[in-house]
Amino acid sequence: MSGVNRISGAGRLTPARTARFTFDGRTLTALEGDTVASALLSHDIHLVGRSFKYHRPRGILSAGAEEPNALLDVSRDAARRQPNVRATVQEVFDGMKVASQNRWPSLSFDVGSFNDFLSPFFAAGFYYKTFMWPKAAWHKLYEPFIRRAAGLGVTPTEPDPDHYASRYVHCDVLVVGAGVAGLAAALAAAKAGAKVIVCDEQGEVGGALHHDIGTVIDGKPGYGWAQQTGKALAAMDNVTLLTRTTAFGYYNHNFVALVERVTDHLAAVDETLPRERLWQVRAKKVILANGSIERHMVFANNDRPGIMLASAGRTYLNHFGVAVGKRVGIYTAHDSAYEAAFDLKRAGVAVPVIVDCRQKPGEAVLEEARNLGIEVLTGHSVVDTSGKLRVASISVARNGGGGQRKIAVDALLVSAGWTPSVHLFSQSRGKVKFDAATERFLPGIYAQECLSVGACNGTDDLQATIDEALAAGELAARAAGAKGGAQVALNGRNAFEWTGGMIGAAEGAGADKTVKAFIDFQHDVCAKDIRLAVREGMHSIEHIKRFTTNGMASDQGKLSNMHGLAIAAEALGKEIPAVGLTTFRQPYTPVTFGTIVSHSRGSLFDPARKTPMHAWEEAQGAEFEDVGNWKRAWFYPKAGETMHEAVARECKTVREVAGVFDASTLGKIEVVGPDAAKFLNLMYTNAWDNLKPGRCRYGIMLREDGFIYDDGVVGRLAEDRFHVTTTTGGAPRVLQHMEDYLQTEFPHLKVWLTSTTEQWAVIAVQGPKAREIIAPLVEGIDLSNEALPHMSVAEGRICGVPARLFRMSFTGELGFEVNVPADYGQAVWEAIWARAEPMGACAYGTETMHVLRAEKGYIIVGQDTDGTVTPDDAGLSWAVSRKKPDFVGIRGLKRPDLVRDGRKQLVGLLTKDPKVVLEEGAQIVADPNEPKPMTMLGHVTSAYWSPNCGRSIAMALVAGGRARLGQTLYVPMADRTIAVEVSDMVFFDKEGGRLNG
Amino acid sequence: MADQAMATRKAPLEGLRGGSPAATVTPAVPASRIALRAPAESVSALSAALGVTLPVRPKTSASTAKRHALWLGPDEWLVIDEDGADLMAAAASSNALHSATDVSHRNTAVIVSGSGAEVAINSGCPQDLSLAIFPVGACSRTIFGKAEIILFRTAEDSFRVECWRSFSSFVFGLLSEGAIDAGH
Repeated sequence: MSGVNRISGAGRLTPARTARFTFDGRTLTALEGDTVASALLSHDIHLVGRSFKYHRPRGILSAGAEEPNALLDVSRDAARRQPNVRATVQEVFDGMKVASQNRWPSLSFDVGSFNDFLSPFFAAGFYYKTFMWPKAAWHKLYEPFIRRAAGLGVTPTEPDPDHYASRYVHCDVLVVGAGVAGLAAALAAAKAGAKVIVCDEQGEVGGALHHDIGTVIDGKPGYGWAQQTGKALAAMDNVTLLTRTTAFGYYNHNFVALVERVTDHLAAVDETLPRERLWQVRAKKVILANGSIERHMVFANNDRPGIMLASAGRTYLNHFGVAVGKRVGIYTAHDSAYEAAFDLKRAGVAVPVIVDCRQKPGEAVLEEARNLGIEVLTGHSVVDTSGKLRVASISVARNGGGGQRKIAVDALLVSAGWTPSVHLFSQSRGKVKFDAATERFLPGIYAQECLSVGACNGTDDLQATIDEALAAGELAARAAGAKGGAQVALNGRNAFEWTGGMIGAAEGAGADKTVKAFIDFQHDVCAKDIRLAVREGMHSIEHIKRFTTNGMASDQGKLSNMHGLAIAAEALGKEIPAVGLTTFRQPYTPVTFGTIVSHSRGSLFDPARKTPMHAWEEAQGAEFEDVGNWKRAWFYPKAGETMHEAVARECKTVREVAGVFDASTLGKIEVVGPDAAKFLNLMYTNAWDNLKPGRCRYGIMLREDGFIYDDGVVGRLAEDRFHVTTTTGGAPRVLQHMEDYLQTEFPHLKVWLTSTTEQWAVIAVQGPKAREIIAPLVEGIDLSNEALPHMSVAEGRICGVPARLFRMSFTGELGFEVNVPADYGQAVWEAIWARAEPMGACAYGTETMHVLRAEKGYIIVGQDTDGTVTPDDAGLSWAVSRKKPDFVGIRGLKRPDLVRDGRKQLVGLLTKDPKVVLEEGAQIVADPNEPKPMTMLGHVTSAYWSPNCGRSIAMALVAGGRARLGQTLYVPMADRTIAVEVSDMVFFDKEGGRLNG
Repeated sequence: MADQAMATRKAPLEGLRGGSPAATVTPAVPASRIALRAPAESVSALSAALGVTLPVRPKTSASTAKRHALWLGPDEWLVIDEDGADLMAAAASSNALHSATDVSHRNTAVIVSGSGAEVAINSGCPQDLSLAIFPVGACSRTIFGKAEIILFRTAEDSFRVECWRSFSSFVFGLLSEGAIDAGH
């Protein structure tokens, strides 16, 4: 027998099937199917944790997802450890390690419980009051203190070795909850032929039938009927039944997120199984059948271990075969708790008293209590409890005063009635309405294609629930287009009709300012705290919630919201609807980061775009840099070289011999159609009509406002076909920009755009020996200066494969850009390299490319421009056609601010000390001695050590820059001021002769 | 040139195999492809020239032997020839107004096959892939995780997933993980 509280013959678990686990180091035996909570209770362990603020001893309060107290640290092995696991949800598996939290040095002796004696200093809103002043103490004292004190569990430090899966799925009808209502609805929808998904957070279907053994459906005990129905549903082709699956978020357009806990209950885990699976469901209709949650009673010291919800007591007895005590009292405002007393009494457990704060409980339950010989005190309240680490007695008094009677108990089951679970309905943006007669919020106005059935809809009667659910299931199926036939009829009956329920503080909560009558167990919020908030001027429930933190713990106030609201309404002297209800937010219960992240980790976190030559570059020891999602070869260090040395070597080699560069990531757009030139005329500042096939031109693209958007070389392949290049990072947005104008402004043009970025591998061969390197590989193209001058393009073959060969240069050297279909990229690169290397050429990366282009004063859009730079500012007026009647940005360029004198212009800067390299982004001033704030003239956009110039070079945007040529300006830095001379931007080969080889 | 060997083709996913018994994930053999754009007036001439009737309804395709035309937009198709035929020349022979661009190497494809193919693709694709909604021959330019794909159902249990070559290792990796989960 596992556990002293396990009652022979009770419950549904199999005694022979055991599992061993440890709790705070102590080895315990559980039965298969036990939750951690039921297993601990079977060993008479109620004390499982310390409360958040006061460190009060806390026990297991519930048997479900609403649990605020029993949050434990559960681990499978060193790396698989999770804090704040609800003991009432987590199933035991063999070898599991469980530890209590928020206690030191031990659970039974916790130093932090000193807070309980200091509680007058921790009144509601104490954060806002106590830690106000002095400001400096926040970082060093208050915040670290609060953070340490506030954390419940301890975050795992090792990477999570488990994996997680994700699935999108569509269905006709999604049913949330597989209790009586959910099963009936799913059955009706499925029989009508709809594609149905049913999910339930528990390990098996049945919902409230886990505890309520008095229900009979179709002549069978409720739980048995549920299992049979679940099996029948699971066997249907059109039904997916998901247990251990919580619908945690209801989003727009009936998009509902579910998390399925796949392996957390298994001892031996198949490594191919995900730990959890995220289901992203798009349902035509959603049926909410998520039941109701029992509330606790609010009275003095109602938080001692051993005090729990009546339905939880029934669940532990009827499902798990565990009696929660040997002498169990009942304190209730609702008939349902009587049945807990009946079940316990019949199982041989002493039930000394049922305390009912109502004068008139239901007749039937009262009579049954009498028959079973249980004392019932109506019109009485529990006004206090005693017991250090477990409840030992309750003090009972007649309502309205009178003497107290002390009754010894070792457990107390409480019920203030049931709160319909409208969380998902509220998340769907549905509006709840308050039903004054039953004091509960119910679904009111629906915002989405959704229906609520059963307890979450306020339907109490069993037959009414069944009928409502069957009708909803069929209606939803039909509305979703299902055309099947079979109608379903079911009959059900309960052992007893239930009446009653109360919200707010019971008599025993007292008006006393020191009485601790808890409403929110997880955040240690008492009835008095709500009253204090009202006294201090909080009138909206949203303010009261934030001031007291009621309902703000990870259980989202599943137990406390209604009590808090009722107490606030009473203190304010208002009706409950006038005080309002806080909004329910996703997720319904906490969701692991693993599930949210799902597949998006490691190499699947983000696509790493690699060029066709990547493997070669990697093998050569290249360092890579990220440019957007691309991995680009940054520089190729030889053994022992620093980055600076490698880049200096590459820069020299390109200009002295030649270099080979992977330019594949350059954006490429093929512009095709009879109106292609007309379209480019409109998109670029340059004129394209006069560009002959076989020639290229550098083009500038503006936004409507006249500022530079992108640039690139455009080659004309035929009258009706252009090969446009863009910056690497600009490729997608430039295509979108062009497509946008084509579709909305120029739809009359017969031209089409296709991204060809990835069609071509691009190998730039630059330097004096560039022609010599490629010449023997090229077929059908005359490489001479006459036939293929600078800025031209020809189609032919290279290494036997079709190629587009561009004669162009971003280095100022004789240069070619070899474009071959991407799958040939590596082979052609290797062929070029086989010729280049023996000649003394090098492979070079993006850093060298940047330096070489800066030596020539070629700009990089996005580095030397920032979205406020016009072509003239960048010294590129020559590229703006004066003859064209229209192009995107032509009007923007005429704006007064864009043509005024003194705009920032791109110029070169030469430091007086040639060894000093400026910092990119540094500010530039005319007078270094000007008092602060100084007049800033502009900033450095590019700065490098230029190996070919033997000094530092820089480019900068400077107000009235071109008029300052030769002037000395200053760059103030934190430790010194650097004197610079304004120059033009061409630092190397000013005549440009090298371009022609 | 005479002494140079012809460059060999290296597909981005060459040699990879992935997935599970429920859904195999394999690279497709290299194919030729064009991105075809044309106004409605050119559709019949292009269809004749290409030997496959260009579909004009959303989410549909047409196939002739190993040549497939996938509808991507009102004036846009992806034409794939699994034998690597010269589609540019075929389109040009139509003499009708159009734009054809060779994207044979821009795209690569992954074949997902098996009873779990739908589930594998649904690991990153939010579309409804049930047979009634996405029948054999259906195609769609859509998303798969963080990549854009063109999804083409070639059989009840088989899909061709086209993507740009630099996204292919991401697509292949996510499909493989989805395929493993599809086995459960």
